[in-house]
Amino acid sequence: MSPSERLAARETDALSIRSVGMSFGSLSVLDGVSFGVAPGETLGLVGPNGAGKTTLLDIVAGARRCDGGQVLLSGRDVTRLAADRRCRLGLARTFQVPRPFGDLTVFENALVGAVRGAGLRGRAAYDDVRGALVLTDLLAVANAPASSLRLLDRKRLELARALAMRPRVLLLDEIAGGLTDPETAALVGTVRRVRDGGTAIVWVEHVLRALTQVATRLVCLSAGRVLAEGAPGEVLADLGVRAAYFGRSVL
Amino acid sequence: MTAGTGGGAVTAGTAAEGRFAVRRWSRTASVAAAGSVVAVAALAGVPYYAGTSAEQPLVTLFCLVALASLWNLMAGFAGLTSFGQQAYLGAGAYALYAAASMGLDPFAAIPLAAAAAGVLSLPVSFAVLRLSGGHFAVATWVLAEILRLAVTLAPSAGGNTGVSLPGVSGYDALLRQALTYWWALAVAVCSVAGVYALARSRFGLDARAVHSDPVAAASAGVAVGRTRRWAYCLSAFGTGAVGAVLFANTLYTQPGSVFGVQHSVAMMFMVVIGGIGTIEGPILGALVFFALQQALSGYGPWYLVLLGAAGIAITLFAPRGLWGSLAAPRGWSLFPIGHHISGTS
Repeated sequence: MSPSERLAARETDALSIRSVGMSFGSLSVLDGVSFGVAPGETLGLVGPNGAGKTTLLDIVAGARRCDGGQVLLSGRDVTRLAADRRCRLGLARTFQVPRPFGDLTVFENALVGAVRGAGLRGRAAYDDVRGALVLTDLLAVANAPASSLRLLDRKRLELARALAMRPRVLLLDEIAGGLTDPETAALVGTVRRVRDGGTAIVWVEHVLRALTQVATRLVCLSAGRVLAEGAPGEVLADLGVRAAYFGRSVL
Repeated sequence: MTAGTGGGAVTAGTAAEGRFAVRRWSRTASVAAAGSVVAVAALAGVPYYAGTSAEQPLVTLFCLVALASLWNLMAGFAGLTSFGQQAYLGAGAYALYAAASMGLDPFAAIPLAAAAAGVLSLPVSFAVLRLSGGHFAVATWVLAEILRLAVTLAPSAGGNTGVSLPGVSGYDALLRQALTYWWALAVAVCSVAGVYALARSRFGLDARAVHSDPVAAASAGVAVGRTRRWAYCLSAFGTGAVGAVLFANTLYTQPGSVFGVQHSVAMMFMVVIGGIGTIEGPILGALVFFALQQALSGYGPWYLVLLGAAGIAITLFAPRGLWGSLAAPRGWSLFPIGHHISGTS
């Protein structure tokens, strides 16, 4: 796909990113990154450390401003909207380093997402939270303060809070690290179910065996540029070739 | 229950966990609420059966309870550690002076004075809420100092010598003191009940989330700026009411004392030693502060030294405050604000 074709983004995309650029002083972190994700599609975002993956998620979520380019949610330009507005338009994210509301219980953490993100109230909000906690296996610790959770449960809570928002676009940032095989299988099942509900997912992940079970397309970022894009098999093969050329793995 | 058992897990879970319920109230809370109503009713009758000697200290106590609860709304729930609430104490007092000078009945004008403080806090909030943490605390303090200087330099507001409350000469002294007492009680009850209702509402959930992590709160859809602004302005509104009541009580106000930073120190002391982020804590803190004030007032400057020592001891040995350290490990809650889930196994 040529850049111009990519710019003529599919009208139906839940999320499209057009020529996003970002630099810190003279250091370019992202340069002309474009891609789109359709409802019910999972796009895997891979690349070496420092490629700009988390910065890109921050820009999409509204935690950071980009220097150039556009972010569109269902065709609406949200480049200048604050993070909370984007969330209420159906965008949810998880943080790579978990950011729980430490003073709130696990249940209340997800309740914030259900009430503000999904706009639910009363019983509907409670049932939504319960569903998210069941999916992430956190119901047993629902009354515990989030600050008391160990790292793995904090990562689960990131996902629970995002799921409680009933997002149309979900950004996942390295949620599979440190899981056992059965836990990874359970997580893959959860992400699949969310995707099958019509949510567009962008998943940044180093654990490729988890990612490739769900992602139908991969985008490989390197030094802030799209190095490769396409079906997972092709991209990974392509990367293999490049690794052979450059004498190092880009992943 | 595991996450990976597919769609059946949720359905099966629903059948097995029919007991799933969210509790926000308890029998203890009902008893506490009923007890509070009885206590307020008994206190409302004080002017009839106890007289002025009981009214005077209680007016002070009620004002302390209100100030602590209002500071807790802002600092304990929304995470805004202001050091400049004396600005609104003074704004309320001087707004009452302005209203009474124009011929309004001073007691009827107390809500107006509160509203004036609330209105003043709105433009101020746009300036100070751009800052956070220590910068916010210092900025609010500086702002209170600016207000103090402005009043000091304004001859129409009495300048440095202060002003007396006009329009009270028509009142019989006994009635005037009873009215002041009832206003103080009303402001304290409204502050505590208002903060309690807010803490239980969706706003309270937002505020606690913003306090814990503003970045994560924004990404979960919470309007961080608006939540902070409401907490700040509502706190200023209530503090303005207290300022007006204190003025009506002493009949005299002076920029040097009403705009003094010692008011913020007292608010912080009460909330921190009582238990920040709870409804019970600031009330307990106000009672402790009031008791210490009464017991130690004869010791001159040693009073402040002893007060400071008490504050240090409590922050060291009970960092969650008296109520937090007592209640949290035992699961006590007289005024619950959270959500308790049952049917989770």
